Amino acid sequence: MNEQNRRFLVVGAVGLVVVFALVWSALGQMEGFWVSGSALGAWFAAFLTLSILSFLYDDNPFYRFAESLFIGVSAGYWMVQGIWQQLVPNMLGRLAPDFVNEHLAQVPLEVEGIDKSMALVQLVLGCLLLWRLAPKGTWIARWPLAVIVGWAAGTNLTRYLVSDFTKQVSPALIPLVEPSQTAFLGIDWIGTLTALVTVFGLLAALIYFFFSVEHKGFLGQVSRGGIWILMITFGAAFGYTVMGRIALLVGRMEFLFVDWLQLIGP
Amino acid sequence: MMERLQTIDRRWIFLFIMLAVVIPLAFDLTIDEVATPEVQAIYDRIEELPPGSNVLLPFDYGPESEPELQPMADSYVRHLGRRKQKLFFMCLWPTGQAQTLKTVNQVLGREFPDYSYGRDYVMLGFRPGGQGVIQVVVTDFRTLYQSDVEGTPIDEIPMMRNVKGLKDMDLILNISGGFPGLKEWIQFGGDRTGVPVAGGVTAVQAPLLYPYYPGQLSGIMGGLKAAAEYESLLIDGYSEAYGTDTEQFAAIRRMGPQTLAHLVIILFLVVGNIAYFASRGSSGERLKSLEK
Repeated sequence: MNEQNRRFLVVGAVGLVVVFALVWSALGQMEGFWVSGSALGAWFAAFLTLSILSFLYDDNPFYRFAESLFIGVSAGYWMVQGIWQQLVPNMLGRLAPDFVNEHLAQVPLEVEGIDKSMALVQLVLGCLLLWRLAPKGTWIARWPLAVIVGWAAGTNLTRYLVSDFTKQVSPALIPLVEPSQTAFLGIDWIGTLTALVTVFGLLAALIYFFFSVEHKGFLGQVSRGGIWILMITFGAAFGYTVMGRIALLVGRMEFLFVDWLQLIGP
Repeated sequence: MMERLQTIDRRWIFLFIMLAVVIPLAFDLTIDEVATPEVQAIYDRIEELPPGSNVLLPFDYGPESEPELQPMADSYVRHLGRRKQKLFFMCLWPTGQAQTLKTVNQVLGREFPDYSYGRDYVMLGFRPGGQGVIQVVVTDFRTLYQSDVEGTPIDEIPMMRNVKGLKDMDLILNISGGFPGLKEWIQFGGDRTGVPVAGGVTAVQAPLLYPYYPGQLSGIMGGLKAAAEYESLLIDGYSEAYGTDTEQFAAIRRMGPQTLAHLVIILFLVVGNIAYFASRGSSGERLKSLEK
């Protein structure tokens, strides 16, 4: 099928859905877009959903329109959030609280001297960060970047060390045999198997990343076991990803067939 | 035949997946759910809390992960409402505010009309700063939250009078769509204060968070499947309220299409592999050259 025919097929399919929806709403089976603002919103959302899904067939102008709109709206949304949630209350609100209160947003009128000084430092660092766009002296932008990196490292280092290292080590040091009062031979066999897989799986995966000794002989065998553990982990992660994506598809189909077309009851 | 199967147009697969999702939706196919220990642990934790406990509900997600996470949020609030707990909503994502309002309107508004704003629940809203917000509220909410989402000063809200910082909470129940989310609540909130943390996350995040359970996480719900398990626990536990009316349980409704779609994917995987191994025997040389 050539490019023109493919495009004709996509436009035809979308057109067919729209004609069906118009007839369906004219028959009173669903809300027409002319009924209310929320109905118009639902129609537009359905159009955008179908436009995005049309990419599964092939690239087309509907998809590109929906994609561009999504990127534009997202960028605009985050910019507005940045201005009204960060710049206005946290910086301007501290530097000129009276002006902000009168013209822009409600902020506390009493600002301590240290907060005002810190806001001034942030303003200066912000301007230095934008220096990257200047024709000369772009190296100046490295100073605020250094502050950002330093702040992030300082706040995250200790928490990661505690939460992701020390607190993770102790649950890994578990008894290999799980006792049980009632089970055969006084051993909880499922618990014991879980403990063995956990401990030896962890050791094998760690040995795979231990590069100071050549992976030969026994160490090589354990290292190969480590690869299996990693592959099973990646498989589980992939399985979860598929589940997540299908859940999103179910959500969209529910919107199209239940909320918009009302072909299927809720 | 086998070679044709290997070169099948991917659009046929998309069509089959779509049908696998739409047909169970049309016929209202549902699957019986049995709760896994991680999900049961969250349910039990809420059951053990005495009525009137302070529960922090950070809703850190947006509409893009709503099909997976909104059923979790609704179930948590439904369960906490049945147990008459005090709910403190906040969010580290700006989009979380709208999601909070959705849950409040759909669950608290419809099922718990006696829940009063300011006495039983409060919406603190969004504050920018990611994990920095958690670092601050550990010691004092008032540093960042001088007012609630409506602009009411915090000290004028009755249920905030005895609350200073995160340590005054009895449970942190997070819903997370990414960063910042449950991981940050463990690292900067739970581990620092000792307040139990549990929560629900998208399926994509779940494998990365399982290592925190059960030491640092009281329970974890990963994706739609876990949400459906929690809903089934609620239906069983509060059968007098939900015994016949299960329409509001979106995750259980969505698990039918989810399961059938998974079966179709598995079927394609099996058929694809059979076709591959069978054709390798007949035209192994050609495939070897392709691999090279």
